[in-house]
Amino acid sequence: MLKLEQLTMTYKTGDQALKSVTLEVPAGQVLALIGPSGAGKSTLIRCVNRLVNPTSGKVFLGDVELTALKPSGLRRERRRMGMIFQEYALVERLTVMENVLSGRLGYVGFWRSFLRKFPQSDVDEAFRLLDRVGLLHMADKRADELSGGQRQRVGIARALIQDPALLLVDEPTASLDPKTSRQIMRLICELCEERDLAAIINIHDVALAQMFVTRVVGLTAGAIAFDGTPEELTPDVLTTIYGEEDWAETIEEVDEDDEDGDGA
Amino acid sequence: MTADMTTELGILVGNKWKKPPFVKRAWLRWLLIIGAGLYFIAAIYSIDVNWSRVYQGLDRGGAFVAAFFSPDFTSRWTDIKEGMTESIIMTVASSVVGILISIPIGLGAARNISPMPVYMICRGIIAVSRSLQEIIVAILLVAIFGFGPLAGFLTLSFATIGFLSKLLAEEIETINKGQAEAVRATGARWTQWINYGIQPQIMPRLIGLSMYRIDINFRESAILGLVGAGGIGATLNTAFDRYEYDTAAAILLIIIVIVMGLEYLSGIIRARVQ
Repeated sequence: MLKLEQLTMTYKTGDQALKSVTLEVPAGQVLALIGPSGAGKSTLIRCVNRLVNPTSGKVFLGDVELTALKPSGLRRERRRMGMIFQEYALVERLTVMENVLSGRLGYVGFWRSFLRKFPQSDVDEAFRLLDRVGLLHMADKRADELSGGQRQRVGIARALIQDPALLLVDEPTASLDPKTSRQIMRLICELCEERDLAAIINIHDVALAQMFVTRVVGLTAGAIAFDGTPEELTPDVLTTIYGEEDWAETIEEVDEDDEDGDGA
Repeated sequence: MTADMTTELGILVGNKWKKPPFVKRAWLRWLLIIGAGLYFIAAIYSIDVNWSRVYQGLDRGGAFVAAFFSPDFTSRWTDIKEGMTESIIMTVASSVVGILISIPIGLGAARNISPMPVYMICRGIIAVSRSLQEIIVAILLVAIFGFGPLAGFLTLSFATIGFLSKLLAEEIETINKGQAEAVRATGARWTQWINYGIQPQIMPRLIGLSMYRIDINFRESAILGLVGAGGIGATLNTAFDRYEYDTAAAILLIIIVIVMGLEYLSGIIRARVQ
């Protein structure tokens, strides 16, 4: 469904963020992308929806080559890719409802969006999604009144109202407490299953990733260093991805956490 | 653990710490400080004060200040009313037109959202508007359009563009990129991106700046009358020419009250749009 072919990204400063990355994500698969800071995880998902333009290589979403699109075509394809951000990236001075409805901007004309006269079907869907993420009563609050976990739920609703085929998720839990982190990850993974969405989730918390996803890809210095199931993540593998460290505890914790997770 | 005198830490512990100076070379630092001090003293001595003239002028100054305690609103009231109405009309019209033109130019002059050619053109317009002082523009426009408020209106609109576009552009350049990026990632078109991703972030500042510019435009409208560009300034100028300090004081008091009113209003509005 999503296919990256020898994707390479070199920034103007000369930093090579991605070195010929080839990756295929089938429909409905949730994939965790792990790796040290600066390994190119954020760059990779930003290259997919071309918030950053890759230097070379190709990206296909279905049959469409995203890397060849002109601005209008790109806008049309961006609608099929919902994005969820690390610091939520809600527009803070807009209401929760406006933030959610902004996910429909690719579908409505300028004047409708300017006058906030969205089609009734969009408004209904926004209410349904807010209800699904448990924030229906917050619809008319301003986004900066919400807590971190609530903001990320709004971010999820904004991504889903685009009716995407793919979710690009950049460190969704990095600024959240451990419990909220799990709730958010669980919500994202449940919604992907309900809607048969593929997702790439950048994540630092290896244990959390192992708990929820079916496939893990490790990125080191812009190249893929590991591609397998969560169970295959051994201390040796983590050493190749992140470098030398005592990993045994991290992985033991995972098992304990898993049991806790079911109980909680 | 006792610090070992041979390690880097051992040498540093027990010493005083000072912020490193901005100019590292000590002789250059002192040269700059002493040089600036000497220049300041020399500059003050170069101002030529004619003390006998100051003494004579004290009387006139005193009369002027005294007039504030007995302002005369009545004898020239029709002139004052006419001038004030003209000033207010000039202020409102030039602020509205100026702000409306400033917004697109401000967008164009923000490096983070505009392509290079647009940026250069908009920055150019701002530079021209800012480098020409209001009085000079007013003299030129009075020469073209003749005496009256039209020249004043055009002058203030022109000056508003330079002021507001520049500050608006700088505000846009410091927005939170994440919020704007998130709106773009939804597939929004450019106009929608501005409306949802940028506008909410800059709106309080735009309103605050606009209120401040209305304030400035009103005060400027009192000056522009001196060169014939209409408004209360013309009335004020006449009052000075006739040594009618009580009428001049009345006009100045009205200006002060209006400016204070605007300041109060802008405080209320800014508190509400945060």
